[in-house]
Amino acid sequence: MNKPFTVALAPDSVCQPPSRTDIYVDRSFRFLARVGAIAILTLVVALVLEIGGKAVPGIQKYGFDFISGVVWDANTHRFGILPAIWGTLYSALMALLIGGFFGVSMAIFLTQDFLPPRLSAVFRIIIELLAAIPSVVYGLWGIFVVIPAILPLADWLNATLGAIPFFASTLSGPGLLPAALVLAIMILPTIAAVAQDALRAVPLKTKQAAYGMGATHWEAILRVMVPSAATGIFGALVLGLGRALGETMALAMLVGNSNQISLSLFSPANTLAALLALNFPEAGPNEVEVLMYAALVLMAITLVVNIAGSLLMSYAQRGNK
Amino acid sequence: MSAVNLAHPANAMNTPLPAAPSLQHQIEGRALRSILLTSLAWVSALLASVPLISVLYMLITRGGARLNLEVFTELPPAGFELGGGFGNALVGTFVMVIIGAAIAIPVGIMAAIFLAELGPYSRLAALARFAAKTLTGLPSILAGVFAYAMVVLTTGTYSAPAGGVALAVLMLPIVVLTAEEAMKMVPKIMKDAAYGMGSTNTQVILKVVLPTAMPAILTGVMLAVARAAGETAPLLFTALFSNYWIVDGGHLAAMSPTASLAVLIYNFSGMPFDNQLELAWAASLVLVLIVLVVNIASRIFGKPRF
Repeated sequence: MNKPFTVALAPDSVCQPPSRTDIYVDRSFRFLARVGAIAILTLVVALVLEIGGKAVPGIQKYGFDFISGVVWDANTHRFGILPAIWGTLYSALMALLIGGFFGVSMAIFLTQDFLPPRLSAVFRIIIELLAAIPSVVYGLWGIFVVIPAILPLADWLNATLGAIPFFASTLSGPGLLPAALVLAIMILPTIAAVAQDALRAVPLKTKQAAYGMGATHWEAILRVMVPSAATGIFGALVLGLGRALGETMALAMLVGNSNQISLSLFSPANTLAALLALNFPEAGPNEVEVLMYAALVLMAITLVVNIAGSLLMSYAQRGNK
Repeated sequence: MSAVNLAHPANAMNTPLPAAPSLQHQIEGRALRSILLTSLAWVSALLASVPLISVLYMLITRGGARLNLEVFTELPPAGFELGGGFGNALVGTFVMVIIGAAIAIPVGIMAAIFLAELGPYSRLAALARFAAKTLTGLPSILAGVFAYAMVVLTTGTYSAPAGGVALAVLMLPIVVLTAEEAMKMVPKIMKDAAYGMGSTNTQVILKVVLPTAMPAILTGVMLAVARAAGETAPLLFTALFSNYWIVDGGHLAAMSPTASLAVLIYNFSGMPFDNQLELAWAASLVLVLIVLVVNIASRIFGKPRF
């Protein structure tokens, strides 16, 4: 091997050209790093192929009826996931409505000079702790705190406003509303964190210009800051929705796992993730193929929502530059 | 001529002076609205903190009441049995998190090295970055479905390695994305100095980039570990549950169902027995403590050194 570096090197220099070993080590190290990057790609492809491939027999057998069917009965081999899709979307949207409101107002509260730094650090820690608590603990808490707490309210709403379809049934323990409430708490940190980043990315001079024109604190926030950060905040909401759609444990413990399509907030429902969690552990080969089909549907829904969310986020980041 | 008349001092004297502005404090409508919205923001921030306080209160009162040494050393009780604990579940959680970390950390850090240092603008890096971001949004139950299809169906049994694979899928994107960010923060002059002395890529990465970025990489790793320790959904039908120790009578039951804290909480939460419910709360407290300790440790390690 010729050594072009040695020629330029002073005889007493501490610098050395790479030895042959160095070069081989370097090559294999770079190769390994490339393998690592390829491994992530392979993992995503494998996820889609593995779940999709195992779902093929189910798709061939049940086709589109699987998505439009409303009965899930392993004994008669009738499988339909429309109630689960309905429950997934309904609970996620309810959670987004509640968690989105609190998450975005928390983000505004923390970024728009309402608090001295020390107090806002306290709220920031509260949000981070909310994010750190495992979902199964939220489920347990939901069973023993949330459901008993909202039972009287639910009964009262059903008794006085029962004519409205949202309150048309009584809450008998698990149901859509407790599930959606707990889900809202679980997605709040995601929404608050991403919306905070979006609000912080708005240049300071934008706010100063609003103040300079005589805007009040809240006029500056609602008419200048929030519209400027709108894409990022919307991205935060979409990412929160993506989390809500895929969340499993809290729903499996709180939603009631009953296959029905109802507008009522108090009736038990089912979600795709809860359906998988409940049926997979005891599934025979017949059921595995339909569960794989259901998993594929869940993956498709969350993938579309999440990719939309990250595209929005990168669009918002580009807009700020 | 009217213009002359207007300018005439006599005419100017006839027009009344504008009223002096009132110096009294007045509340305008918009200021009032501002005050109302501020109170609304306070109320919603305080309301958002209620669940956390309630969760912590329940964990400490109901979980703390049952917490004793026995729960760490005994096996889960059956049906009407009294006493018992979740020693095997604690061990199972540790074993599966370690398996997951052993897969996710090396692969994740190598991938991050490629993304941050070796080919940050290559097409492979763009694709891998997109893949990692997509994986962060993957519902955890789908990681379980994947491990079920990959490991459980091929080996024919529920096992700790299957659970570990499912957890690795969830840890990998966190490790990759945080490690990439950490390495990007290393000042370019440090790398350039090393290259200028004739270092190879590998020497620059191993001796300059990794040591400098290590605190931040550790933060990412610990966040991934904390997340994996609390996950339930991916373990439900990969590791399942077991009422026995993973090492039973000197024999390692590696390829058999394995207990974990999270699944124990889920199983016991639906039981009609007080003893099991108490244990579920105690296990929740232990699980939350583990997650919090790892989280706090990551913050202490992760403090930037310069």
